[in-house]
Amino acid sequence: MKLTVNGTEHEIDVEDDMPLLWVLRDVLGITGPKYGCGIAACGACTVHMDGVAVRSCQVAAADVDGKITTIEGLGTPEAPHPVQAAWIDHQVAQCGYCQSGQIMQAAAFLGFNPDPTDDQIDAAMGGNLCRCGTYPRIREALKSAAAKLGAG
Amino acid sequence: MGRARTIARRTFLIGSAAIAGGVAFGVYAVRTPHDNPLRQSLAPGEATFNPFVKITGDAIVLILPHADVGQGVQSLQAALIAEELDVDPAHVTLSFGQPDAAYYNTALAADLAPFMPFDDSRMAKTVRSALGGAAKVMGIMATGGSSSVPDSYDKLRHAGAVARETLKRAAADQTGHDVTSLRTQGGAVILPDGATLPYTALAATAARVEPVTEVSLRDPSEWRLLGKPMQRTDIISKSTGTQTYGIDLRLEGMVHAALCTNPRQGGAMLGYDAGDAKKMRGVIDVVPITGGVAVVADNTWRAFQAIEAIRFDWGPAPFPAEMQGHWDAVAASFIEDNLDKTWRDEGDVGAVLAAETLSAEYRSPYVAHQPLEPLSAVVRISDGGAEVWAAHQLPRFLQDKVAAVAGCAPEDVLFYNQFAGGSFGHRLEFDFITRTAEIAVQMKGTPVKLTYRREEDFIHDYPRQIGMARAQGKVKEGKVEAFALDIATPSVAASQASRLGQPIMGPDGQIVAGAWTMPYAIPHLRVRGFRTPELAPVSSWRAVGAPVAGFFAESWLDELIHAAGADPLAERLRLCTNPVHMKVLEAVAEMSNWGGSAMSAGQGRGVAMVESFGVPVAEVVEVTQTPEGIRIDKVFVAADVGRVLDPVNFENNVQGGVIWGLGHAINAEITFSDGVAEQDNFYTHEGLRFHQAPEITVRGLENGPSVRGIGEPPVPPAAPALANAIFAATGQRLREMPFNKFIDFA
Ligand code: FES
Ligand code: FES
Repeated sequence: MKLTVNGTEHEIDVEDDMPLLWVLRDVLGITGPKYGCGIAACGACTVHMDGVAVRSCQVAAADVDGKITTIEGLGTPEAPHPVQAAWIDHQVAQCGYCQSGQIMQAAAFLGFNPDPTDDQIDAAMGGNLCRCGTYPRIREALKSAAAKLGAG
Repeated sequence: MGRARTIARRTFLIGSAAIAGGVAFGVYAVRTPHDNPLRQSLAPGEATFNPFVKITGDAIVLILPHADVGQGVQSLQAALIAEELDVDPAHVTLSFGQPDAAYYNTALAADLAPFMPFDDSRMAKTVRSALGGAAKVMGIMATGGSSSVPDSYDKLRHAGAVARETLKRAAADQTGHDVTSLRTQGGAVILPDGATLPYTALAATAARVEPVTEVSLRDPSEWRLLGKPMQRTDIISKSTGTQTYGIDLRLEGMVHAALCTNPRQGGAMLGYDAGDAKKMRGVIDVVPITGGVAVVADNTWRAFQAIEAIRFDWGPAPFPAEMQGHWDAVAASFIEDNLDKTWRDEGDVGAVLAAETLSAEYRSPYVAHQPLEPLSAVVRISDGGAEVWAAHQLPRFLQDKVAAVAGCAPEDVLFYNQFAGGSFGHRLEFDFITRTAEIAVQMKGTPVKLTYRREEDFIHDYPRQIGMARAQGKVKEGKVEAFALDIATPSVAASQASRLGQPIMGPDGQIVAGAWTMPYAIPHLRVRGFRTPELAPVSSWRAVGAPVAGFFAESWLDELIHAAGADPLAERLRLCTNPVHMKVLEAVAEMSNWGGSAMSAGQGRGVAMVESFGVPVAEVVEVTQTPEGIRIDKVFVAADVGRVLDPVNFENNVQGGVIWGLGHAINAEITFSDGVAEQDNFYTHEGLRFHQAPEITVRGLENGPSVRGIGEPPVPPAAPALANAIFAATGQRLREMPFNKFIDFA
């Protein structure tokens, strides 16, 4: 089957039910999306499918329907996406393991709702677990990214 | 006693040495008994005495041995060297280095001594320094106990200063300028005319000059980096998905493994049928390992699928199968035979409490660590050696463990430490390393990556110790008159040491950590630790004993203060005898406007102060009753670490520690049924979620006598401060964690 990830098309030969997460990580070597729980309880594996945030551990390879963007395709250390830039400014990360998923979730959310309320932010980010407890900084970074995106 | 003489001879050995195209700087601290590890990895003609700084023709390399489990300590270690060496941490190469005895951790051992960290008596100092010496001789290289900063603070700045002064000396020799006319900046020596000589261009000369070892450290008022907001060196990679963790590693020819061991942790495997698994796509082999089997496949998911297709026959758990058995065992240990130590006994507690008194019983459950990155390791075994890539906090014990599996010498185990996706104490255990080695031994030459399924990781977590407290007390004329606390838990130290094959002697201070160090002058005060025989195996969980004993102590103190009709903060201040601790209490009082602003109906405010690892931390928690349950609105935290070296990361660590403490107090426990942990993923043991996280205001104080780490100390006060706030809001006293068994949370 064919898969477009970060603008590159790949031909892959995997079981229909192999989760996209493992296709990305082990077949294509794209390791930004992380394995945390495998059951949609942590959000570490979040990627975009046509701009919508999805848990890649829950999307079977055969069900991929759209272009996939991972954290590597969102921005780079040299040219970070505004959400990534806000995460850097606010020094959000501790271990950082959840942050690919947090950033992908936040970027998709702000794409649809560039001027969110606190309640909307709570609802959007509630599924992304951070064991290190960086939530206060995630909230600040997300709000400042929203302000920048809104101003732009 | 050849070893002792060698040690004596090497006393004050400090130096630098030529290496191919450059120099390695030597900064052995006094009485360093160990050979320098870099010596072995240098090419012919290279030499070094220095475990921390190496400069070649094209690179400045800082070797920073403490494991980075998310606390940002690699960045801070780099800043400590950089402050004296005058380099930009972002523009040098940072490495965890290879494990070696030269990287002994003195601070950790010092804190194991059974004296209050603030006890500066002669006896305390003597024992502390003797233990520090033991760590040096035994070469304990460890990251834990919030010890990285105290261990590194002088050592790494000294390393930077020696390298800097020697490079200046080399520049003077090379240019003919007087050394006093030279300064350093941005990785270069600056000549009087403003011309710059990069350190890398001085490496060859520096290798030949006599190293300058008489250096004085810069006064904090001159610091460029330390004490000011700085960007963590890993922040960009961790914000762009470019940070590689152990679980992300891909080696040429690597295979992927998954395992299943007896879910009744430590129980035997009686048999298994892997007939179906072996036929599955991508499966390369099914191999036996200690207590279970592993599947080796061509990717992780296929290994996971195959492992789930195996049918097992498991033996019973080597501990009580049901929770009741665990609680009964803890309850039965409040007897003379199990008395581990009477830690405090002031006034005449026996006499005062013989009459009618107040009393209560508290409980604290098993709790899992479960960092977000599941356990993983990569091991390749070759003839006579092994290579290990993983994130671990005890590298030298890891070498021993892998050597035993591989049948080689510990020094032939090369260990490449990795950035960890969290630990909280989880990476002090060895199963995931030794099991990977057991698989790799059966396929020599092939790199094997073992990844734990989350469920496997959860049910073999080695959780935080279970515990109970029996409390008694008395109040008189509006004051706390007597406070007695008996605490019973299994010994975490003994459980961990048994897996390290190390004997553990003497009483275990962690049973009462955070309780016996209470700085309160209560007229009649007694704290006793009782040791429960080992039940389920347990391991150090962030802050170890203090999240348990501190919850008991600060909740009970709060109960007595309320019974006396006193103000929780004012009474603590009245009782407090240590000026450093008083200051953290005063700080949170001011930050929260305690006493200044009244709470409205349904709101409540609670305070707690616990000292752990020498750091007193006070927290005020504010809660509101809502239709959905208790909402945690705000937390105010003041912590005294002697000196705040990295203020932004300090705040982040404190906020994270508070959230860790609150989240697990609210909703996390491990319970056993049929000998199996009933919680096996985050939906049943999750900690705090985003929408539950309060606003957390942090203040770092610098009154303490020594520089301390902040990774763990914010955790212990969180649970009692929350329980005390909930009491203030609702009148309901929560004496058992997790609180959501008794009350709802929004
Ligand atoms: S790994 Fe997909 S949600 Fe946790
Ligand atoms: S930063 Fe460690 S899990 Fe979020």
